[in-house]
Amino acid sequence: MVSRLLLSRFAPALASARRPAAAVPRHAFMGIRRYATADTEQHTMTVREALNLAMEEEMTRDENVFIIGEEVARYNGAYKVTKGLMDKFGEKRVVDTPITEMGFAGIAVGAAFQGLRPICEFMTFNFAMQAIDQIVNSAGKTYYMSGGNVPCPVVFRGPNGAASGVGAQHSQDYAAWYGSVPGLKVVSPWSAEDCKGLLKAAIRDPNPVVFLENEMLYGGHVVGLLASYWQGQVEKEGSDITIVAHSKMVTHSMEAAEELAKEGIKAEVINLRSIRPLDIDTIIKSVKKTNRLMIVEGGFPISSRARQFDYLDAPVERVTGADVPTPYATNLEALAFPDTPLITKVAKRALYRTN
Amino acid sequence: MASLARVRLLGRRLPLGARGVQTTADTTQLHQAPSDASEPFTLKLHEDSFQTYNCPKPDLEVQVTKSELLEMYQQMTTMRRMEMAADALYKAKMIRGFCHLAIGQEAVSVGMEHGIDKNDRVITGYRCHPFAVLRGGSIKGVIAELLGRKGGMSQGKGGSMHIFTPSFFGGNGIVGAQVPVGAGAAFAQQYKGEKNCTFAMYGDGASNQGQVFEAYNMAKLWNLPTIFVCENNKYGMGTPAERSSSNTAYFTRGDKIPGLQRSLRSQVNGMDIIAAKQAVAYARKWAVDDQNGPLVLEFVTYRYGGHSMSDPGTTYRTREEVQRMRSTQDPIRGLQRYLEEWGVATEQELKAIDKEAKATVDQAVAEAKESPEPPLEDLWKDVYFKGTEPQFLRGREREEGKRFY
Repeated sequence: MVSRLLLSRFAPALASARRPAAAVPRHAFMGIRRYATADTEQHTMTVREALNLAMEEEMTRDENVFIIGEEVARYNGAYKVTKGLMDKFGEKRVVDTPITEMGFAGIAVGAAFQGLRPICEFMTFNFAMQAIDQIVNSAGKTYYMSGGNVPCPVVFRGPNGAASGVGAQHSQDYAAWYGSVPGLKVVSPWSAEDCKGLLKAAIRDPNPVVFLENEMLYGGHVVGLLASYWQGQVEKEGSDITIVAHSKMVTHSMEAAEELAKEGIKAEVINLRSIRPLDIDTIIKSVKKTNRLMIVEGGFPISSRARQFDYLDAPVERVTGADVPTPYATNLEALAFPDTPLITKVAKRALYRTN
Repeated sequence: MASLARVRLLGRRLPLGARGVQTTADTTQLHQAPSDASEPFTLKLHEDSFQTYNCPKPDLEVQVTKSELLEMYQQMTTMRRMEMAADALYKAKMIRGFCHLAIGQEAVSVGMEHGIDKNDRVITGYRCHPFAVLRGGSIKGVIAELLGRKGGMSQGKGGSMHIFTPSFFGGNGIVGAQVPVGAGAAFAQQYKGEKNCTFAMYGDGASNQGQVFEAYNMAKLWNLPTIFVCENNKYGMGTPAERSSSNTAYFTRGDKIPGLQRSLRSQVNGMDIIAAKQAVAYARKWAVDDQNGPLVLEFVTYRYGGHSMSDPGTTYRTREEVQRMRSTQDPIRGLQRYLEEWGVATEQELKAIDKEAKATVDQAVAEAKESPEPPLEDLWKDVYFKGTEPQFLRGREREEGKRFY
């Protein structure tokens, strides 16, 4: 399957119009050893290292790839994701900007129109709201409005969603906002495997990609199954309930699944990976098996994705961030986002259990 | 009537010791342009044609040829005809939505095209039709796009504000957003070591946008070959420049970035297109040859129509003002007077160019009307890059949609 993906990316004429064109060669995953369980031997790399390596490999491979953003060069990245890249590639290719998101996002778009491949880092996606017009209107819509004449191969990446104790203005999850815009691709990876594979694929993708990371995952040796491009991944198989999540919520869902397993409930956890395009087929396939669906995300309730009513024995359970701006006090903050005990409790409710 | 302020025409061969010839409103000119159409001769612009901010004044002597002047006349006339045709089509309800016409501002687009390289890049806001044609597009392609037909330059998918060519990045609908994007195109030119620059254009209305200043800052910081061009037509939609801008000397707003204004004087003289060409050539030399980084250019100009087809253009300015500008400062009529005076063309020859321009545009409109509407399939096309479509794009309800694989 990977070789077919490979073929279709590099020789689109040869591809049957069946699979997405962009793919990542298999050797990209060498060096990441896979574990089928959550065995915590520290042989894998952290999410941060995976992102760094993805960018390094792509910048080596294609001299049109460059990074632009605040503190990405001499500071080595606000969250150290771009560490060492300036030393390796120089300041022409790793560009520090002033604190002017709208301006440098626009510059990234213009550079992409001219054939370069910018990786535009936002220190967090909260700050990207200042640039959201450039992301949505200049990057997202131009290919369509130009009748296919002007592609925009830009990647906008950075941490999204909750961090810890950073308050309302620094904690919003924008997956659903960007996910609602046709013309953008929106990715929310979870594991180190996801991050490396999907970031490489996003950089090579000729479409504008919004790449939503999570700051709390950066330091983790998050192990998942081998990434395949733009598809959801069943991280844990089960037969009683389907839990669909993305990014950090996958960690909580996996932990919840462990808790549920102790009580004999076999939860199937799907790591969505791609918000847009959404992999409906994987979800439907799972729901047909389990007949119960739970969706977990950090965003506000009104915007979260909830579909697939047809094969269900019980109403869809949506577990989301609370409909309040994120509070600062620790105990209150804990009530603003889903966590493992909550997911476990709601999963049982979907199964009509009260304990 | 027009006061033809002094323009000096320097003939090629002057007797030793003779001074340059001056024409005033009272005298008819004495020297003729050389008879060979491609032989360069020198014009001297009025000394007030430019205002500068922290940069040297451009050379007031401009080299032109007869054929170039005629081409300028022909292009301005044709672009005006095209915009007038669009006006008529809009009133006939064949064009819908937004339509922002550049009638009166032809000296900027045509003058620019004569001063730059075809591999330079231009980006502007929504008053973009002449640029789209001059930068490698076609009149038929523009009109068909306005009509929403498949033969439009954006296949009917963009409309008036979203027309592109390989060296012209539109056509942009969000006021001011095109300015950082233009700086980005210049960033790429510098990155790739190209000997070109990008003209990032915006109006007096957009000039106050924060992102314009963000782009100024980064362009100056990184020495990007960006020419920021303010097309000051004195009104941002219905708001005169003095009511929107605390500083209306737009060419000075680059702070550390020097600036150059092609002033009102040159417009009054009817020499605005020559001065525009000279300003643009100066800017290009500044950024590309001399690598001095960005420059701010300001063109003082005027639109006869409203902001768009939904604006009569007379609620915020008087009809008298529009009439006066039309009769005394029109760039095409201004150039025409000189062409006739210098013997570059007779009145009949110019009338023939007018007639041909009308015929060209009429032909293009007819062809554009022939073009069919886009097929329904095109709704789903080009949301994503060819070959990278997702599995499925949903329609308005679950039974509508497009499955790609």
